[in-house]
Amino acid sequence: MSEHAATTQHTAADDHAVDIDKHVRIYITVFVTLMALTIVTVAISRFHLPVPIAVSVALLVATIKGALVACYFMHLISEKKLIYAVLALTVAFFIVLIFVPLLTVHDGYWIRG
Amino acid sequence: MSTPAGVAPPKAHATHEAHHEPLGFWRLYVFSTDHKVIGIQYAVTGLLFLLFGFSLMMLMRWQLAYPGAALPLIGNLLGEARMPGGIMLPEFYNELGAMHGTIMVFLGVVPLAVGGFGNFVLPLQIGAPDMAFPRLNMLSYWSFFLGGVTMLASFFVPGGAAQSGWTSYAPLSIIAGSGQTMWLFGMVFLITSSLLGAINFIATTIQLRAKGLTFMRFPFFVWAQFVTAFLLLLAFPPLEAAAFLQLMDRLAGTSFFLPSGLVVSGQVMTNAGGGNPLLWQHLFWFLAHPEVYVLILPAMGIVSEIIANNTRKPLWGYRSMVYSLIFLGFMSFIVWAHHMFMTGMGTAMAAFFQTTTMIISIPSVVILTALIISLWGGSIRFNTPMLFATAFLPMFGIGGLTGLPLGLNVADIPLHDTYYVIAHFHYVVAPGTIFALFAGIYYWYPKATGRKMNETLGVIHFVGSFICMNVVFMPMFLVGLAGVSRRLYDGGAAYAFAQPVLHWNVVSSWGAWTMALFQIPFIFNFFWSIRKGEKTGDNPWQATTIEWTAPSPPPHGNFLTPPEAYRGPYEYSVPGAARDFVPQSEA
Amino acid sequence: MEIPYTVEIRRDTGLNNGKIAIWLFLASEVMLFGALFASYILIRTGSTSWPRGDTILNVPLATFNTIVLISSSVTMVMAWASLMRGRFNTFRIYMASTVLLGGVFLVVKYFEYSHKFHDDLFPRTNNFLAIYFTLTGLHMLHVMGGMAVNAYFLGPGAKLYKTNPVWFTNRVEHSGLFWHFVDLVWIFLFPTLYLL
Repeated sequence: MSEHAATTQHTAADDHAVDIDKHVRIYITVFVTLMALTIVTVAISRFHLPVPIAVSVALLVATIKGALVACYFMHLISEKKLIYAVLALTVAFFIVLIFVPLLTVHDGYWIRG
Repeated sequence: MSTPAGVAPPKAHATHEAHHEPLGFWRLYVFSTDHKVIGIQYAVTGLLFLLFGFSLMMLMRWQLAYPGAALPLIGNLLGEARMPGGIMLPEFYNELGAMHGTIMVFLGVVPLAVGGFGNFVLPLQIGAPDMAFPRLNMLSYWSFFLGGVTMLASFFVPGGAAQSGWTSYAPLSIIAGSGQTMWLFGMVFLITSSLLGAINFIATTIQLRAKGLTFMRFPFFVWAQFVTAFLLLLAFPPLEAAAFLQLMDRLAGTSFFLPSGLVVSGQVMTNAGGGNPLLWQHLFWFLAHPEVYVLILPAMGIVSEIIANNTRKPLWGYRSMVYSLIFLGFMSFIVWAHHMFMTGMGTAMAAFFQTTTMIISIPSVVILTALIISLWGGSIRFNTPMLFATAFLPMFGIGGLTGLPLGLNVADIPLHDTYYVIAHFHYVVAPGTIFALFAGIYYWYPKATGRKMNETLGVIHFVGSFICMNVVFMPMFLVGLAGVSRRLYDGGAAYAFAQPVLHWNVVSSWGAWTMALFQIPFIFNFFWSIRKGEKTGDNPWQATTIEWTAPSPPPHGNFLTPPEAYRGPYEYSVPGAARDFVPQSEA
Repeated sequence: MEIPYTVEIRRDTGLNNGKIAIWLFLASEVMLFGALFASYILIRTGSTSWPRGDTILNVPLATFNTIVLISSSVTMVMAWASLMRGRFNTFRIYMASTVLLGGVFLVVKYFEYSHKFHDDLFPRTNNFLAIYFTLTGLHMLHVMGGMAVNAYFLGPGAKLYKTNPVWFTNRVEHSGLFWHFVDLVWIFLFPTLYLL
């Protein structure tokens, strides 16, 4: 365990020296899961499901994989509130960007038939 | 989280480079990492671009006032390709129009308001020694500079500069000449600059604020820059993406924005088709709407500081102003398609955007009202900054109110793309934001130079500019209501319905040219006062915010000891206090 | 003059400057790729027909690339973990592996692209290919950028470990966050373009 410098500076908690071993085990687990999910998503695509279902399933799997990378490799699961706030804002605007132009363009189509 | 095992954290001084040898001229004044130098670089470059963009407009105004007439003297200097016999070609008019808009927004106002004022004032106001990332800051400036050079260079390529409007709508922009490609590359440099700057501003504001400086003790200027930085951070990337897509369409022959079956000048286009011009509009306006809030928010911040200082009273409704600012920033991301009401969207989405647009007017009104009420009962000092800051209020009011019909999709039908729109947005940006920027220059000049600008010249600058701004833009509402479209190179002269209002074009033009004359006292004052202005101490305005406790001009590192905030930012006329102001960082 | 919280964390936010900065940058990248995904959706839904990814693109090769990139994410985080454990040499091995795997990704991409060009399939051929080249091209640029930064920390930048190991470890962590983000984008890109 390293000693803290006797300063007013607050450095990160040194309990992480012990945590690292736990983290490494998690990294390996996540890695295996990601491999498995990659195989799953490719396998499902072979079935050539109808597009809406194929899209939903593929996105679901991708979201799980992405969440694993974000939460564990990027340590998001134990991040600070400030980072969460920035990301929440970003996600909100990301959703707006994905859906609103689509709705706007197709709203006209639906009216015109 | 970040301390490796078995390693003690280093002592403080190990983390900074040796700042103790004197820096040469280039490192001190050109490639500086000091936020104050960078701020001045941004400000001066921005002002030069504002002048250039204004000059482009003055040229346009000749054609609008006297369509088809030869421009004496200058007309013959601009070459046969653009002004044969001194008469402006329509293509040149379009070039001027597109570049006037682009330069004023991206090379003039934002660099001055955010790059200039933000960089110079923000670290000082929060009691920080510099920005969190000084080298990144320098990179941001030079990226902006490169973008500016690219935009200027585009005038010299065959076919001239971009001429598809500052909005670069497809498909016109796709088939336009190579100036448009340079516009796109220029935008990529500018966007990069803004993104890096935004990251710096946000990190600095959160991490480097002084002890005791909680968020609700921030000067409103700091809040304004903080929210603006988020707008830049999250709204610019889609335009960057769109710029890549347009570059692909122009250079790689793709059809992201080109529909199938497009015929240009009788020729069927050979591209694959299947693209959507509306995609460009969505991506463009997703940025460009928050961009207009980037234009106004720093101005509100500047005006707030000056009003509090010159009324010798705290701002009225500070909390409401802050919450409104945050709400405004958020809403600005979900109103963009009010620029697209005429693109065939259905009633559901039109209603959605109309509603969000009406809602967004509320926080604007709250902020404006709070500033107006802040004047009530104040001991008002009408120095030059205060003249400009006070004039901002009704001018922004007119600009904002005239936006309301544009935000209602039915009322927008006759007004869309007319001079009414031009009048609306110029009121907000020209006698609005630019007045606030002038105010800020007069106000913070003593901090940057240790000298005040001349008051008499300032008053002349103000009175002349104020009158001329209204002479230029007020008639445009009438011209727009009569139905005259924007971007017509003859100002509507070809149309019968426009005949009764054409004379207003002449009025606006003379207003603009006169306004140019009234900028001369300002330009002279700006440079003359560096050497000959009245010398001042640290706090010539008896202001409360932390930047006024630093020397004028502040040294590298700003403060001799790190300041601490003990109270709110506007403790003016506190009952029982020795003076009519108590500085924020006075123990 | 020293900028505070470059290395040590500020107590009320719990963060150092670099950590905030990299997440802010990643937020902007989310919007960048988001705009491209939105473009893909708009163009695809607006078209009369759209080829299924596996009819044009090489799924086995891309699957391999997906595995390569995910592996490089693991080696990246292990590189940082090694620094946290004070094992500099292990860091070098993992970091070198990360850069190497990135290189493999690029080589595969080179073969993919040249195959397409050889078969006369270019961005201008149709919108599917246009969006495919643009999305994977921009992603590839990000891979290159990440590799450059990682190579710097493997090479000349590693000197910092001797004078300021905490700062060096943080910078590797932040670089890792960028690298994981690049992997994350690919995790969405791969099914979107190749499988749907």
